[in-house]
Amino acid sequence: MSAIKGQWVQIHRVILTAGERAPSVPEDTKEVPLELRVRGFLLEEKSEVGETVTIETPSGRKVSGKLEAVEPAHTHNFGDYIPELSEAGNDLTRWLAGGDNDER
Amino acid sequence: MKDRSYEAVMARRKEIMKASVGVDYERYELDGIAFDYERLMKDTSYPIAAIRRIQSETGVGNTPLIELKNITRLVRSISKSGYGARIFLKDEATNPSGSFKDRRASVSVSRAKELGYKGVIAATSGNYGAAVASQSMKRALKCIVVQECYDSRGRGQPEILEKARACEAYGAEVAQLSVGPELFYYFLLLLEETGFFNASLYTPYAIAGIESLGYEIVEQSNTLIGRNPDYVLATHAGGGNLTGTARGLLRAGADKTKVIGVSVDLSGLHMASDRDFNRKSFTTGHTGFGIPFAVLPDRSDVPRNAARALRYMDRYLLVTQGEVFYVTEMLARLEGLQRGPAGNTSLTAAIALARELPEDKTIVVQETEYTGAGKLPSAQLTFARENGIEIVRGDPIIMDSPGKRIAIPESYSQIAYKEVDVNDLRRSYIRQLMKQGAALIDSDFDFLSAELKTTATKVRELVKEVSNDVDSERR
Repeated sequence: MSAIKGQWVQIHRVILTAGERAPSVPEDTKEVPLELRVRGFLLEEKSEVGETVTIETPSGRKVSGKLEAVEPAHTHNFGDYIPELSEAGNDLTRWLAGGDNDER
Repeated sequence: MKDRSYEAVMARRKEIMKASVGVDYERYELDGIAFDYERLMKDTSYPIAAIRRIQSETGVGNTPLIELKNITRLVRSISKSGYGARIFLKDEATNPSGSFKDRRASVSVSRAKELGYKGVIAATSGNYGAAVASQSMKRALKCIVVQECYDSRGRGQPEILEKARACEAYGAEVAQLSVGPELFYYFLLLLEETGFFNASLYTPYAIAGIESLGYEIVEQSNTLIGRNPDYVLATHAGGGNLTGTARGLLRAGADKTKVIGVSVDLSGLHMASDRDFNRKSFTTGHTGFGIPFAVLPDRSDVPRNAARALRYMDRYLLVTQGEVFYVTEMLARLEGLQRGPAGNTSLTAAIALARELPEDKTIVVQETEYTGAGKLPSAQLTFARENGIEIVRGDPIIMDSPGKRIAIPESYSQIAYKEVDVNDLRRSYIRQLMKQGAALIDSDFDFLSAELKTTATKVRELVKEVSNDVDSERR
């Protein structure tokens, strides 16, 4: 996938390698790098995902890193239907309607 | 060009901080371990009228206080005769970016503007990011929000992703880091690179901004019920929410109102662990922040933390993740208020507490937060399941196991709290001091008496107990 100058993109860069992690971090965290993801506008004329590029962020900083996504979408959502939660809610609605007086 | 290595940047921490918060903390240091907290707050903060003026300029505050009549009725249906306190809720979700954090951000950002900074930076994965972004735009400042967001597999907590979306929507830059306390290192680098203001959650401004919340509670409570509330429950993480609210209550003269901190119990999960990071459903308001910040407030990103929970906390209660999800459902079903789960932490404890109190007592729950994609029980529980967490119906006090199992109560009668003895927190505070090798001088005992909300005699007792423990550990 490619991006052109001025397009909204996400880059990725390693801030600290596994060997550079702070002494205080737990073992599992020490084994992985500290990574940064940041979004902004591509400054190169044309780049491919995976290439090292520079962006201008909304605050006006220039940051370089590997191009990771082009026009990234926000994909977090409302989640699945959770039966355990709906059952609980339905019990409460039943109480409100006066249909459940014996729950203690 | 300055050395950007971890060690070099951390070594420049003091000077970077001084340049970025506009407070000379050293002026407030006293002999021994003490510093003049009240003078720091007085010099660098504002009177309540000024705080409210600043907040009214950006539409912050004056949120409704709503009586939860159906929930109170539900509580009374399972309480002994004559019991079941009235519960009121301060609907902070009606602030511009959807949480009480707008109060904190409003004063910080206003100060940044006044001091001539071109932009602000905040390190936060929570609602505070959206609040700082929103307030910055209103004051025409640039804004960077630094989040701890992803684990090493690139999976982001839905709630944090939602916060990133919100910040972006306001036009802020969002720097998303993977798990680890070295976020602070990158934060320092950014402060140095940009020369922006550090909109820390822990400056006097960020605390002063919440004082209006406590103040409003007293005013509204007097209008609604003709007196001050008996209890105010505040969700406790870094300590600012509780500190600012309590200071506001005192400013309004409510010195008999009991202030109770509430956190979600996440004991056993390591906050800096890459593996544990996505095994929790609450990104703040939990014991992973609540306990460390209560017992060692100066662990924050400024030299002296203005959020000092033990100065104001009368009791500290813990609830489980499953209970808070249940109560979030309850608030929607019984009161017609759909709000974010994390903001309902203290409401959960309020329901359990109300059962123990006579009908004529009043409890104010001092916050709600906005809800939406990522910030819903269904989104959090879906994510929990994807990360191997078991979700069951059952008694949360027995079944809950942070990082392994979430128990949604089978009935509202199962909503309960676990109490942390505040004296244990006071002992831990003293233990932290001793670990740092502090040798206490006479004047320190007055400072500690204020820090720990107890008498100087009690402080001496606690210090003696802790010293004996520390000595026997050494033997």
